[in-house]
Formats: sequence, structure tokens, C-alpha cells
Amino acid sequence: MYSVNYHRAASVSDAAKLLKSGDAKLLSGGMTLIPAMKTRLAAPSDLVDVSRLKELQGVKVSGKTVTIGAATTHYDVSTDENLKKACPALAHMASLIGDPAVRYKGTIGGSIANNDPAADYPAALLALGATIITNKREIGADKFFKGLFETALKEGEIITAVTFTPPAKAAYQKFRNPASRYAIVGVFVVKGKDGVRAAVTGAGADGVFRSKEIEAALAKNFDVSALDGLKVSAKGLMSDIHASADYRANLIAVMAKRAVAAAIA
Amino acid sequence: MGIEGVGARVARKEDKRFITGGGRYVEDMVVPGMKHAVFVRSPHAHAEIKKIDVRQAQAMPGVVGVLTGKELKADGIGNLICGWMIHSKDGTPMKMGAWSPLAVEKVRYVGDAVVIVIADTKGQARDAAEAVEITYKELKAVVEATKALEKGAPQVHAEAENNLIFDWELGDGKATDAAIKSAAHITRMKIVNNRLVPNAMEPRAALGHYDKAEDHYTCWTTSQNPHVARLVLSAFYNVAPENKLRVIAPDVGGGFGSKIYIYPEEIVCLWASKKTGVPVKWVADRTESFLADAHGRDHVSTVEMAFDKDNRITGLKVDTIANLGAYMSLFSSCVPTYLYATLLSGQYDIPAIHANVRTVYTNTAPVDAYRGAGRPEATYVLERLMEAAARELGVSPAELRRKNFITSFPHQTPVIMNYDAGDYAASLDAAMKAADYAGFTKRRQDAAKQGKLRGIGMSCYIEACGLAPSAAVGSLGAGVGLWESAEVRVNAVGTIEVLTGSHSHGQGHETTFAQLVNQRFGVPIDSVSIVHGDTDKVQMGMGTYGSRSGAVGMSAVAKALDKVEAKAKKIAAHLMEADEGDIVIENGEVKVAGTDRSLPWVQVALAAYTAHNLPAGMEPGLKETAFYDPSNFTFPAGCYICEVEIDPETGLTEIIQFVAADDFGNIINPMIVEGQVHGGIAQGVGQALLEGVHYDASGQLLTASYMDYTMPRADDLPSFNVSTSNTPCPGNPLGVKGCGEAGAIGSPPAVINAITDALGVVDIAMPASPSTVWSTIQAKKH
Repeated sequence: MYSVNYHRAASVSDAAKLLKSGDAKLLSGGMTLIPAMKTRLAAPSDLVDVSRLKELQGVKVSGKTVTIGAATTHYDVSTDENLKKACPALAHMASLIGDPAVRYKGTIGGSIANNDPAADYPAALLALGATIITNKREIGADKFFKGLFETALKEGEIITAVTFTPPAKAAYQKFRNPASRYAIVGVFVVKGKDGVRAAVTGAGADGVFRSKEIEAALAKNFDVSALDGLKVSAKGLMSDIHASADYRANLIAVMAKRAVAAAIA
Repeated sequence: MGIEGVGARVARKEDKRFITGGGRYVEDMVVPGMKHAVFVRSPHAHAEIKKIDVRQAQAMPGVVGVLTGKELKADGIGNLICGWMIHSKDGTPMKMGAWSPLAVEKVRYVGDAVVIVIADTKGQARDAAEAVEITYKELKAVVEATKALEKGAPQVHAEAENNLIFDWELGDGKATDAAIKSAAHITRMKIVNNRLVPNAMEPRAALGHYDKAEDHYTCWTTSQNPHVARLVLSAFYNVAPENKLRVIAPDVGGGFGSKIYIYPEEIVCLWASKKTGVPVKWVADRTESFLADAHGRDHVSTVEMAFDKDNRITGLKVDTIANLGAYMSLFSSCVPTYLYATLLSGQYDIPAIHANVRTVYTNTAPVDAYRGAGRPEATYVLERLMEAAARELGVSPAELRRKNFITSFPHQTPVIMNYDAGDYAASLDAAMKAADYAGFTKRRQDAAKQGKLRGIGMSCYIEACGLAPSAAVGSLGAGVGLWESAEVRVNAVGTIEVLTGSHSHGQGHETTFAQLVNQRFGVPIDSVSIVHGDTDKVQMGMGTYGSRSGAVGMSAVAKALDKVEAKAKKIAAHLMEADEGDIVIENGEVKVAGTDRSLPWVQVALAAYTAHNLPAGMEPGLKETAFYDPSNFTFPAGCYICEVEIDPETGLTEIIQFVAADDFGNIINPMIVEGQVHGGIAQGVGQALLEGVHYDASGQLLTASYMDYTMPRADDLPSFNVSTSNTPCPGNPLGVKGCGEAGAIGSPPAVINAITDALGVVDIAMPASPSTVWSTIQAKKH
């Protein structure tokens, strides 16, 4: 690790100010940033730690809205009793991220700001049609996730929370990379007020995406049988030493079926 | 056996310090004035070094030295050696290219060390390492052994034309060809044994300290054999004369073979300490371990097995190409030859065997011994063949094996080895019973109802351990003898120190060696200390690898104990005015048999040192030394059965059960033996299902971290069902055979036989990852 200046922000506005110093980066759980710094792949001059800000923490379920603070850990999301009732699929998804150590430190804001193409949260938020709230504006998930490690966030913009309306039915299924245990394919399916949405992580060459094929099939009939014989195109999917595009295409169909089965169970 | 004697399930003495963070590893060592080193490594698989500019790096904060291969060569430091000479079948010696500890003219793999940077802190050394400017001219690289042999392939070393190091053979080619010609059935296969990274928990490390006042060197290093390190560092690398060099291998966190060798880093740290006047410490990071630890396996073999009309094996012909990487590591030449082809008879009575082995340079990390070393490759060839043959012949894989088992001992194979004892049918029966082999068909049907594919596979392995009779290995080209030494020091108060040339890096010697002493004298194991890993304390030794610490290391201890016992009996007989032949030692008492006369052990020890009343002419003291050179290898063997269930939709394989029935000879501590088997199977299952090295065509290592290299995790593995049915080894005083490598040797073919059984295919590549399994299922459909 190169030497770095560490700041613990007192508030979101304080963090915004501190972010202006040098080549500063926001630090939340640090589950991606710190390893990248240790291997010298990332070299920020300053770290602005927002992980302890109370205003960024906690899950709130009020009426038809779920709001999750950006610095809420995966563990807290996975164990929140209200969320387990309102949107059990998301709590379950959070319980599948990394390992216990990662879940105790990693946060929802950190995960979506990083937008790793194999991370779980981007699929969930895209399928849920969530809104990402920052210190400057609100951004719909469809516009927020922009490609590999790219988001709509502007310089100095800080995610403060994520909000969505709990759907009638939802579930997430993922097939793990044997080495990293990230998703080779993760599919989050939702049947909500705006119809059916299905988002896929781990597989797209441009990161998380919505699968039109799955959504179209499920729109008619939200049932496993609707996906029988579904052929997912390998076009636009990643190929690497762990999985070919064809294999990923197959896994998308398989995981989608299993997700629907879980959602209607 | 007593509660702490031979055969007792004694908890490991050393574990308290290991699991409470009290272990002392090389990284824990601190010497006043010590500085930290970072190696600048080649980013290219193959390139000429045009220019090295260290000026900017030298001027960086905290930098003590930035040293290159030119300076190292100018100081007369030698190139790395290979300790086993192999001759090609045309009589020419192996064609070895130079391996300079720091590359001078060319780099030959990604990770090749080029420059050492030494600074006050590791961070400063890293910063300065980034400021070293090296101008390379990139050359075309070759990573696959088969491609390296093709005409026009990039030439890794000028000395080895077309990258061929040697073309060696063993066995009777004519007889084997004749057997194949007259065979009723021939099974033919191409068998690939995938390359692995050893991944010891503790990365390699070295701390070199030159003491100017004493003109003396100390090297702390993560070694499995510190005395061999001292010998090689002094005799071949001209770092220091042996009498002025102390090598210490303190607690070492796993080796699996990868810490046998003397690597460039130890040599350079020692030399750099004298050059810069400061102690120099280097600790590998995990990426360096992936890049620059010696890898394992990497064979491609074309094999033919001939059967007569009664399904008896009549001949085996094996043609193997072994990838040795960019340089010949210390024992790289013997692994694919005398540790491989000599085991190709397996548990079977095969009248004619011929093996041809070509070893090849490529632009990849050096390849050397990794847990099992050659024997897993031999077992994989044989046991994949036996399974395929049984399917082709339409007979039970178990019965085909049983029919061909060797049943009388000693048995001379056509490939050097003389098996001394074994009962292969006993292991097969035990494994089949434990696995409920008979009930498999029903289980397969039940799984099919759930849409799952079940398969079962077995593997009957044999290995040669207890390395090794010195004269025998010497005649085959070994540069060293493979005996072991021990010293038993009984203190005046009866406590005992055992000094051994074996080295424990996870094996539990502090417990098992003490159990041996407890068995002999009744002294509690807490009063027995095992001293190892320091060339200033232990007279000499050959270290630990090849499952040799029990069969060879403990036999040396037993021999020294014999001498101590004889002297103690003489003293006791004198003190109790009895006949020496009537003295027995039991439970800490030295008794006159058939009488009530006895002396406590401590009193005999004390008498040896007070020397007030010793037999006439006897020297005072109770301390004896022994060297033990084995008369033969030992031959652990066993049968492993693996049952898998595959999800055809995803290709995911679950191991439903894994049964190991081993014959390890006599057992010192069953708990430690089981631990060894568990660990070995985890590594074998890792090879079969999870682990595999990927270089891209340009020689970049794609699996250089745990994000891409799949290490086995606990949830990848079932609860193992292990048992032993033992035939004592007649070749050593303890009757032990060795258990350290069996798991890694026997398990890969069992797993792959099960998977190919489930899928109904002849072969599948290791690692049989979900993606590979799914692709195999798709290919079979079309």
C-alpha cells in the first residue's frame, strides 16, 4: 500500500468537502478498495471514511417504501426483521455475499458505487427498480449502473441511501465462481407493480443487465413453466477461464428458473 | 502402547503454539539492523534484458542497496543446480540451461527475479522497486510442453535444442511392444495431469545475516531440509563455506515439496547481506508464491495397456512429456523419472512395462516435486487406464483390479521397485464395504429420479516412500544420500532431547517422535523435546519429504534409542548387580526381570552423569548418535472410492462420499495419520475438481491469486471415511511405511473415475470444474 491520508468524516457534507482534497476516495466497508490499495492497484491520496456515519446506516420500512442507508452492512441487511418481511429476497441476497467477514464490513453503498460486474446488489437494485439517493439527486437504477465498474455518479457525489417499493414476489439465485465465490451468474427476478423485471449479474460483458428474454417470458406467466425451453443468447456475455459465454447463457436460464421457483414458493 | 506410546491417539504438542499465534516463523525473526528486501521480477515470459538502470531507485528514501545479477556474478555466486543427473537413452547427459539467481541476459518466465532492492522498510523497498528501470526486448514465449517440442518453437535455453532436456526410458521396450502386438485387448488413452501451485499457508521467506566480526553467515529460511540448504548454498553457490554458515528453518507453515529446493531468494539475501553490511529479510507475498514457487505435475501422456483373453494385464507402454518450466529446479529431473516411471506397475502384476519420458523447457515457473511427486502422475495414468479398460471390457472395475493384483511378496516389478509387503485385496474389500459399493446401483437410480447424475469411481494406488536407500539412488543419479541422522541425549535428570535431521513443517514430529521415546523408556512426552531445523544444533540431516520422516527419520531415532537403551541397561545391571540380559525397561522403571529389584529411569540417567559407580571402562554420559540408511523404499498402498452427484443443469459436482482404506504399516499416532490423509485427499480432490494453473499464450499467469485459482475449501469436501488395514513394513525397525502423500496420490483418479462414470464419458480434463463438466455433457449430447 502507498501511504495515504485517512479522514473520518463527521457528516455527509463534511465528507463531500473532504473529497475535494487531492485524489480522494470515499471509504465505506473497504472490501474492494483496501485490497486494491494493498496490491497497489489503487493509489488514492486521501481516504474519506463514511462507514461510521449514523445518518447513512439502517434499514427503514415504512408503508410501501424500503429505505436502506448507504453505509448499512450486508449483515445488517440480511438480518433486518422488517426487511425479511417486506422483501425477503433482498435480505436473502445479502446473506449470500462473500463470507461473514465481508458481510460485517461491506456496505450496500460501497457495493453499488463500485458496480463490480459480478457483485450481487446491482442485480437486486436493477430488478427492484430501486432509486439511488445521493447528496445531490435521485437516480433510477436503470440509469445508475453504466457498465463495468461504472456508474452515473459524478465527481464528489455521495450515495446516501437506496429506496424501493417491495414487490409482490422476488427471489435471487446465483451460481458462484468456484475460486472467488463471486457470481458467475446471478439472476434476480421481481414481479412488482411495474410488471416483471429480471436482472443478471456476473455474466454481462458490460456488467449488470436486464434480460429481455426472461422478462418477456415471465410477463405472460410468472411461473417456472414459462421459462421451459428458454434459450438465452450468449451474445454480449463474458468469456473467461472460469466460464464460456455459452455456459453463462445456460446458467442464466437455469438460475432464472430456480429464482422463479423460489419466488413463487 | 500406554497412553503416550506408539499407537496412541495423542494430541499434538505443537498445536498449542500454532493455534494461539505463538509459532515462530521466518517473518517473526528480527535481527538488529535488519532491512527489508523486494525483488523486481520479470513482467515478461521471455525477453532479453537490454538495460537495467537503478540510479533513481538507489536515490529513493531509505534505500540501502539495489543489486543486479551482474554484481552477483562478479562476486562469484554460482548458478542454481539440479541435484539429480539423468541421462537420455542415447547416453548423453541432460541438457541443462543456466539459472542465475538474478537474471543477467535473459528472463525466461513471468516472475524471474532480476533485481533485489533493500530498504529500511518493506514499503520503501517496494517504492524503490517500482523506480528500477529495466529495458526488455520481448521474445516469443512458449508455455505448453507439447508445443515447445515443435519445430520452430521459441528456444528457452540455447543448451537444450528444441527445448528437450532429456529423452529417457525405463523398462523393456521390446517385450512391451510384443505384449501389445499379441494382446487380446488394448486400452489406449491420452492422459493429462494438470499443473498445480503448492500454496503452503506460509509463503516462502529468507533472512540472510552476515556477521562481519565473526566472518559468519546465518540464513533463516522456510526450508523442509535446512542441512541440504546449507550444503548446496556452500558447495555450489559459493555463498559461504559450510563451517561458516548456519541455516535455521524455524516453524514452517507447510511445504508440500515446494520448500525442499534452494531458491534464488535465499542465495541473494545471504549474498546481499555481506554486500550491503546489513541483515536482509525477504518475505514473499501471495502473488510471488503463485509466480515463483516451484509448481507441480504438468504431464501429457500417451498410454497403452495390453490384456490377454482372461483380462490379465500383459503390458503397459507409457510415453510422457513433462513440462519442467523455465529452469531445472533442484529435484525436477527425478520427479518425472525415478519417482514416476518406477511406480507404473501399481498394485498389479505386469510382466512388461516401458516408459519413455521427455522433459521440456517452457516459459513458465519451474516445476518440481509437489505432494506425491511423480507418484500421483503414475497413479493417475494407471488408475484411469484400469477404469477405462474395465468399461471397455465390460467387467467390474473392482474385479479387473483384483484379478491383476500382486499377491505374493517380495515382488520385483519390471521397473526397478521390489515391493516388500502388502495386501491389496484387504484394502479393496475394506473400501468397498465402507462405501456400500453393492448399494450404488440403487443410489444411482434414486438420484436419477431427482434429475441428478451419480457416479462411483475407485483408485488402487501404491507409492514408494521412505526415500531412500543411498547407494540405490546414487546409482540412479542422485547427488545426495538419503539416509537420516538422530541423536538422543538423556539429561542427568532423565529428561530427553532428540535431535533429528527430519524437519517438521506441519507433520507433528514433536509429538510422534516423543511417542517413540515414551514407548521405549516410559518418559512422559512432555519430558521429551524434539530439536530440529537448525544446522548448529543438529549434526546433519536430509530433511522431510517423500513421506520419509517416519520410515527413515524415526528409524534413525530408534537406532540411537537402541544404543542408549543398551548403555542404560549396562549401567542398571552394574548398579543392581544383575545380568545385563535380565534388565527390562518398563513404564519409567529399570527392572531386573523376574525379581522385585528396580531403579527409576531418572536414577540410571543420573548415575551415567555422576559417574561415581559405572562399569569398569565405561565413558560417562548417556547420549548416542545414529545414522540410518534404509535398505529399501517402503510401499504404502490402499484403495480409495469416491461417489459423486452431478447437477447436469449447472455441471456442479458434489462429492457424496469419499472412502480411503490405506495400508501404512505400523502407526505411531492414528490421529496424526488421519489428519495427513484428510489433508492429502483435500489436495487430491483439489487437483481433480478445483485447482489448475492457467498461463495465457504469451506466458502471463492468469491464476495468480485466489480470485482465480480455486483452493479447496471445507465446504467443497465431504466428511471423509478413512480407515487402515495394515501390513507392517519389514524393511525398517518400526515397521512403518509413511502416510504423508497417500491422500494426494490416490484421490484424483478416484474422483475422475466417478465423474466419468456419472457422465458416461471416457475422459474429462482436470480440474473437472462445473464449466468443464457442463461442456462435457453438451459435447456428449451433440
